[in-house]
Amino acid sequence: MHATASNAVPKTDRAIEAGRNATDARNDRLFGWVLKACALLVLVTLIGAALSTLWLGRDAFATFGWGFLTSDAWDPGNNQFGALVPVMGTITTAVIALVFAVPVSFGIALFLTEIAPDWLRGPVSSAIELLAGIPSIIYGMWGLFIFAPFVAEHIKPWLMNNFSADPPDGQVSWLVQHVPWIAKFFSSEYPFFGAGVLTAGLVLAVMIIPFISSVMREVFQTVPTRLKESAYALGSSTWEVVWDIVVPYTRTAVIGGIFLGLGRALGETMAVAFVLGNTFKFTPSILETGSSIASTIANQFGEAEGLQKSALMALAFLLFVVTFIVLLIARLMLRRLATKEGR
Amino acid sequence: MSASLYTTRRIKNIVAMAFSILATAVGLLFLAWILWETLSQGIAGLKPQLFTKITAYREEGGLANAMVGSLILNVLGILIATPIGVAAGTWLAEYSLRSRLGPTIRFLNDILLSAPSIVLGLFVYTVIVLPSKWLTNGDVTFSGIAGGIALALIALPVIVRTTDEMLRLVPGTLREAALSLGVPQWKLTMQILIRAARSGIVTGVLLALARISGETAPLLFTAFGNNFMTFNPIDKMPSLPQVIYEYTKDPSPDINTLAWAGAFVLTMFVLALSLIARFVFSRSKVSHD
Repeated sequence: MHATASNAVPKTDRAIEAGRNATDARNDRLFGWVLKACALLVLVTLIGAALSTLWLGRDAFATFGWGFLTSDAWDPGNNQFGALVPVMGTITTAVIALVFAVPVSFGIALFLTEIAPDWLRGPVSSAIELLAGIPSIIYGMWGLFIFAPFVAEHIKPWLMNNFSADPPDGQVSWLVQHVPWIAKFFSSEYPFFGAGVLTAGLVLAVMIIPFISSVMREVFQTVPTRLKESAYALGSSTWEVVWDIVVPYTRTAVIGGIFLGLGRALGETMAVAFVLGNTFKFTPSILETGSSIASTIANQFGEAEGLQKSALMALAFLLFVVTFIVLLIARLMLRRLATKEGR
Repeated sequence: MSASLYTTRRIKNIVAMAFSILATAVGLLFLAWILWETLSQGIAGLKPQLFTKITAYREEGGLANAMVGSLILNVLGILIATPIGVAAGTWLAEYSLRSRLGPTIRFLNDILLSAPSIVLGLFVYTVIVLPSKWLTNGDVTFSGIAGGIALALIALPVIVRTTDEMLRLVPGTLREAALSLGVPQWKLTMQILIRAARSGIVTGVLLALARISGETAPLLFTAFGNNFMTFNPIDKMPSLPQVIYEYTKDPSPDINTLAWAGAFVLTMFVLALSLIARFVFSRSKVSHD
C-alpha cells in the first residue's frame, strides 16, 4: 500500500542521510581504533617492562653470563654480582608465606562459606578484605617496629631452643641430637635480632591471606548446592562435604588462587624491605637475615651506578619473568573455573 | 565398631571446624593488631605541624610537602589512567567480541593487575626518566610526571577490569534498542553504555586511587622525592609513602614517630576511599537491579 513511500523522500534528504551514514561510519571506525589503541597499551606495558629491564640489565647478563644466576657474590666494591642470594631469598620468603597463608586462608574460606551464621559472614569477609586494602608500606613498618621485636622475643628463642645446634638455653634438644641436619635451617648469628627470612615470610603471609582466602571463598561458592545437599543427605559431616565434595570440585581454581598469592608474595617490596635485613650471605637458615630481589632493588637503586645498576635491572628482569609465569599459571587455572561456570 | 567410626568422624569434624574458626580468628587478630598499632602510634605523633610544615625541618617539621606531593601524583596518575583505562575496558567489552586479541588482552590485563609494581617503576624509569635526563642534559631527571605515569600504569589494569566487567553487565536490550533507532556505535557507547555503567566505573577509579595512594616502590625511581613544597610536575616530587619509607629507615625515634603519623594518615585515607568505593557500588546495585 505504501510501496511508493520511500520514493517520496526528496533526493536532497537522501543525500544528507547518505552523508550522515558515511560520517557515522567514519567516526565509528575512528572511535574503534582509538579504543583499540588504548587496549593495546596493556600489552605494550607488559612487553615494555620486560624489554626495558632486559635492555638495562644487558651489561650484567653479558659480563656474568649464566653465572649470574648461580653466583652468590654481591659485592659492589669489587663489581661482582650474582643473583643467587636475592633469588633464593625471594623464593624462600614466598614459600614460607604460602606455608602459613594457605591453611589459614582455607580455614577462613571454610568458615565464611560453611560454618559462620549468615549475619557474621558479611562483617568478617569485609574485615578480611580490609586487610588487603592496607598499603604494603604499613605492613613493612609494622613488621619492623612491632612484629620483628615480637619474633625476637617470643618465636625465635623457642625455635632456637628446639631446633638449633647452638640454643640460647644451652641444652641441645633431643631432635637436634638425633637429626643434626635440621639445625642448619635454624641457626642464627644474632639470636636477639628479629629481622630475617622467617619474619619476612610471616609478614608476607599476613599480606596474602586476604587474596587467597577471597579467591577460595568465591570458588567454594560456585559448588552447586545440590551436590553439597546430596552429600549431607547421605549423612556426611561438614568436614566431609568440604574435603570430599567442595575441594575436589574446585581444586584447579583453589590452586590458581594459591598461585595468585604466590605471585603477590614474590613481587612484594615494601613489606619485606625492612624485615629481611638486606645481607648477602648465602645460608639455608630461615632465622638468618637475607635479601630478596625487590628489597635489593629498593635499597640499592638510588646509589647504584654502572654495573651494579645493570645487575639490579637484570634482577628486576628475572623477577618479572618469574612472576609473569606464576601469574600466567594462576590465571589459566582460574579461567578454567570461569568457563565451567559458564560465565 | 560403627560407633567408634562415628566418633572418629565426629572428632575429625570438630577438629576441622575448630581449626577453621581459629584461622579466622588469627586473620582478624592480625588485622586488629596492625590497625591498632597504626592508630595508637600514629595518633601519638599527630600534631598540627604535621599538616603545615615540610620535611626539610626534620624532627621539628611535618609532612605537608609529602601530602601535597602525594595528592599531585595521585591526581596525575588517575587523570592519565582513567580515560585510557575506560577506553581499553570499553574496547574489551564492546568491540573485541569477534577478535582473538580481546580475550588475550583481558587475560594479560589480569596479569598486569598483580604484576610487581617495582618492575613497572623501573619501566617508567627507563622510558621516561632516562630519556628526559638525556634530552635536557640532566636538568630534568626524576619528576612528578614520571611518578604520575608510574602510578597510572598501576591504576590502569584496575580501571580496565572494572569498566569491562561493568559494561558487560549492561543488558543487551539497551544496545539493541539504541542501534535499532540508528544511533551510531560510538554515540551508543559514550552516551548510553558508559552512562549506564557509570557508578561501577567510578567504583573502579576509586579502587584504583586507593591502590596507588599506598604505592611506594615505583615512586622511588620516578618521582624520587625531595624535602620542599613542590608544585612543578617536572621537579623531583615527594610523596607520603616515600617519606614514610625514608622515615622508617631513619635511626631517630622522633623521625620514626613522624613516620607513624604519616602511616596513620595514609591508612585512614586508603580505608576511607575503599569504604566510599563500596558505598558507591552498593548504591549502584540498588538502582540497577
